[in-house]
Amino acid sequence: MKATVIVTLKPTVLDPQGMTIQRSLGSLGLDDITDVRQGKIFDVRLKNGSREQVERLAKDVLTNPVIEEYRIIWE
Amino acid sequence: MTVTDEVLTLHNLTESEYQKILAILKREPTITELGIFSVMWSEHCSYKSSRVHLRRLPTKGPAVLQGPGENAGIIDIGDGLAVAFKIESHNHPSFIEPFQGAATGVGGILRDIFTMGARPIAAMNSLRFGPLDKQQNKRILEGVVGGIAFYGNCFGVPTVGGEIYLADCYSQNPLVNAFALGIFEKDKIFYGRASGLGNPVIYVGAKTGRDGIHGATMASAGFGEDAGAKRPNVQIGDPFMEKLLLEACLETMHKGLIVGIQDMGAAGLTCSSCEMGARAGTGVELDLDYVPQRESGMTAYEIMLSESQERMLLVAEKAKEKEVFEVFHKWGLDAVTVGRVTSDGLLRVRHHGQVVAEIPNGALADEAPLYQRPLLPPKATLSSRLDDHSFLDGCPPALIETFLSESNDWNKLLKLTVASPNLCSRRWAWQQYDHMVQSNTVVGPGSDAAVIRVKGTKKALALTLDGPAYRVARNPREGAKMAVAEACRNIVCSGGRPVAATNCLNFGNPEHPEVMWQFSEVVDGMAEACSFFFTPITGGNVSFYNETFGGDIYPTPVLGMVGLIEDISFVTRSSFKKAGDSIVLIEPVTRRVGKVDLEDERAVQNLVASAIRDRLVESAHDLSEGGLAIAVAECCYSNVERAAIGAEITIPSHLEVRKDLFGEFSSRVLLTTRKVAELRQRAEQMGLTFHNLGKVGGNRLILNYESVKLVDISTDELESAWSGGLPKLLS
Repeated sequence: MKATVIVTLKPTVLDPQGMTIQRSLGSLGLDDITDVRQGKIFDVRLKNGSREQVERLAKDVLTNPVIEEYRIIWE
Repeated sequence: MTVTDEVLTLHNLTESEYQKILAILKREPTITELGIFSVMWSEHCSYKSSRVHLRRLPTKGPAVLQGPGENAGIIDIGDGLAVAFKIESHNHPSFIEPFQGAATGVGGILRDIFTMGARPIAAMNSLRFGPLDKQQNKRILEGVVGGIAFYGNCFGVPTVGGEIYLADCYSQNPLVNAFALGIFEKDKIFYGRASGLGNPVIYVGAKTGRDGIHGATMASAGFGEDAGAKRPNVQIGDPFMEKLLLEACLETMHKGLIVGIQDMGAAGLTCSSCEMGARAGTGVELDLDYVPQRESGMTAYEIMLSESQERMLLVAEKAKEKEVFEVFHKWGLDAVTVGRVTSDGLLRVRHHGQVVAEIPNGALADEAPLYQRPLLPPKATLSSRLDDHSFLDGCPPALIETFLSESNDWNKLLKLTVASPNLCSRRWAWQQYDHMVQSNTVVGPGSDAAVIRVKGTKKALALTLDGPAYRVARNPREGAKMAVAEACRNIVCSGGRPVAATNCLNFGNPEHPEVMWQFSEVVDGMAEACSFFFTPITGGNVSFYNETFGGDIYPTPVLGMVGLIEDISFVTRSSFKKAGDSIVLIEPVTRRVGKVDLEDERAVQNLVASAIRDRLVESAHDLSEGGLAIAVAECCYSNVERAAIGAEITIPSHLEVRKDLFGEFSSRVLLTTRKVAELRQRAEQMGLTFHNLGKVGGNRLILNYESVKLVDISTDELESAWSGGLPKLLS
């Protein structure tokens, strides 16, 4: 079984990297895109499919709960 | 909106403060106005508990161009140049989110410096954490150091020094005090003043989001919309944005486009606008619809109180608005006119066409309540057990027992001591900092003071941070004097003359009379010593409410001292230089522990200063935590110029071996010289005790005591214990 953990900054937290990407879009003519926010993706492989362990990984290791949030996509 | 007790409590306002607000406005405040009053009258912005005491500090001197009250203090260093410098705390944010808290602390202090027109050329930081046997304290320390490195390194300012101390009282309440210094021509100083009727008020820098809004927002009634999005957020720093802001601000200044400028730090747009108006005696009118916003649906309350980073408010010459925009746009930054200067002395805020606040600027900035809070000496004081060896405070109990027990294995004890939490090498931290960028660093982290070159002159600046918290906790007045004395001694040992200082006063809860007593004592001690050494305090910061597990932290004043080195060839390091040099100890006739005699201190400093000037000194190191044995060991360690070097000395005996080796007596310095007789004569002329201890050389540190060889250890072995201390604690 596989899982993908997506970690992003909370929507209200400043995202300097996303803003830098956003600023560069004008020069490419991609003027329809009004907001870009970036994050991280973690691909996880499981032996027995323990959802609970992936949750703990996401919550305790991959995410800084003060400024980030996560979601998990199961395959 | 009705103002209930609950609303007042959430805004940290008392009933009497609310009555004062009603008297000023002659009506009920709007929620926005209440928010504005609450931040401007907060302890942080108004200094309402500390101001009555701070007045006792000396703030004037021949070199002082700007004392407290502006963004930073400024001193004249000759050659038409001036330096701006200040220290500020970021304690609470660094506890919540260590990395970003410390990073934005650095960002804030850098803005304070370049707001005045100065280009930042050096940064330092003073850090306090709980013992590292607790996982959480480790995490905080690693985050804080990482955050400082991230911001300083990306911005391009060298972090040249600082201090880290560990003690129990800082668990749950770390201290992060950031210092910065900048240089400029002394006729190009800018002030935070909104002068010139009709002049545009321009917002520059990053967009406004819901960062760090006063915690009160969350629960304030009458907001509607979704509550989740309103939660106050940790501020995230963007050092690359700040670098652009620096260049753009300095460019508009050099082109003569602006008349006043202030950083949006604590209390953001509110504080910058009303303070600039109050200083100039003018009014400021803002229209929040023009404020660049990162999030949608922000209320006037949120926009006025947001603490988003990397923003500035400036007042431009009326006809030069467009030129200001051009400069900022060139650097890729937002610059928008959000208001203008008026004559009525009011801060008037419009939002969606309605006036949402209208308050006299003076009432916000200068008429905040002043409290003469009760003072009471604490009943229970810290035990005197560690007075002779303050470095043990914060060490694991087992280590303290071993040290104080009757062990006679001095080799082992010395090795244990150099690796102990408060004495081991801080290299792990400072190697993460870029301390060489800008190429002015002459002496980086690890010596008594950092030294940076003043380009284009033969001068240099010596900088040091000192905060002997254990000493202050034992005796606030004496401890504060010791902080000043030690800071001055560090500057003198580096070849400089102390000129002026900035202070960061970290204390517990000011509503505790014991804390206010400590504060008052510290101010008196600092005032006495700063007057004595002619080192006025040009500004700084007070941080109250530092509590941990319900207990107040040690009173922790941190002093940032700036000294001038007239000629770079006077620069002296603490490390031993060369085999064959004689090692001498200079001390007052009377040994004192936990207090300092200022006259004796001055005699020691005068001797060191004159001996350095007359080229009698090869190295100079001030004796501090861990006493003589530790000082000698520190002088032996390797540095960028040479490998570790040994020494053989005889420790002067007072028949108390532990104290003679490790006792922390005041006003002592360890010098090396090639002119022993001349130095001895001078010392004795000045009524000081002079000991010729031995010589530098070999690759072992040998300490003799009453004709017994107490310590004989290879310097490599000693150095590896010392340098491995912190990494081991963190592993």
